[in-house]
Amino acid sequence: MSQVTMTVNGKTASGDVEGRTLLSQFLRENLNLTGTHVGCDTSQCGACVVHVNGEAVKSCTMLAAEADGADVATIEGQANADGSLNTIQQAFQDHHGLQCGFCTPGMVMSAAALLKDNPKPSEAEIRDYLEGNICRCTGYHNIVKAIMAASGQDVSAIAAE
Amino acid sequence: MYNFEFEQPSTVAEAVAALADEDAQALGGGQTLIPTLKQRLASPSKLVSLAGIAEMKGVSIADGVLTIGGGATHAEVAADACAPLAALAANIGDPAVRNRGTIGGSLANNDPAACYPSAMLALNATIVTNAREIAADDYFQGMFETALDEGEIITGVRINVPDGANYQKFEQPASRFALVGVFVAKTAEGVRVGVTGASEEGAFRWTEAEAALNGSFSADAVPAAPSADGMISDLHGTAAYRAHLVAVLTKRAVAAIG
Repeated sequence: MSQVTMTVNGKTASGDVEGRTLLSQFLRENLNLTGTHVGCDTSQCGACVVHVNGEAVKSCTMLAAEADGADVATIEGQANADGSLNTIQQAFQDHHGLQCGFCTPGMVMSAAALLKDNPKPSEAEIRDYLEGNICRCTGYHNIVKAIMAASGQDVSAIAAE
Repeated sequence: MYNFEFEQPSTVAEAVAALADEDAQALGGGQTLIPTLKQRLASPSKLVSLAGIAEMKGVSIADGVLTIGGGATHAEVAADACAPLAALAANIGDPAVRNRGTIGGSLANNDPAACYPSAMLALNATIVTNAREIAADDYFQGMFETALDEGEIITGVRINVPDGANYQKFEQPASRFALVGVFVAKTAEGVRVGVTGASEEGAFRWTEAEAALNGSFSADAVPAAPSADGMISDLHGTAAYRAHLVAVLTKRAVAAIG
């Protein structure tokens, strides 16, 4: 066991981990931040996406030890300071960008990473960026719509299908 | 996943020393190795992460030479390398994978369907390690086989920026790996064609096409598909289908370069 210390959602967090402890496992089991979901555990589905030093990564395919000293952001840190949903989260609610909700934490974190680099993505760019995030409920259409709306683009022309 | 010790040295020399231990294994971005460990297909006693080594970072172009640190991620290559290689890197895996996976890790693994090996062969790249420099032609030695010795680390890659180059990837739609990928480059040494995903011997140069394209650089000059003997045959495609793709993708790459 060795100790790791990282900043998670702006707060310092430490814990003892084995070499093999995954970042997803550390977040969920040591820090009780169970908003980061583990869907496939094979880096296909993207439900576990968090940001490490500002970049989207699959936390099931990164060791906790590799994140020692890093700045980590998870879905729990996304809401506004007063507890209200942030723009992306609110857009997912407004545009029905989720059904069962299992993939949603990863979708929101990937969307946040996309909009940071590309504030006004096209529909094609959004679909391309979400290649590593799998949703088995929605058919993606409303997720894409929510992300376009979150980026301030008019989505009234995009009919619900 | 069996447990292991974890070390993160900050210099190449420290990493080489750490890898001298029996059953120690270098860890790049972990996008192949961590899934492999989860499947218990490997059980190193110690993982030596190369991510903390500053001298292995960065992508730069100076005087027509592209230098990529072995620890550069696919996302960094996509952002800063010369256009054809950047385009290749931008289409590996998905964004989150590209933020972790490294060029050094990919080359050390030498997956028969990985994109980079075809580019390294076509661009006549030099693979730089802690101990020596290896020409791409000597580096790739078959599926998952390379010229690397035990404990040897890829610290970087050096490439002369080509006059023109293009990569055509025919994606296996579920894995997004290359079913077949062809990288064509016009280099100072002539036209070179690197192929990934097709052969049971791993990435290779299609020398027949190179000879034809050195005579006339046009899609029409690309020879008929190479022999299907020794091509990979699996549920995603037969050997003959892959051989056919090699010729089609080479034509597309040549047409794209113009």
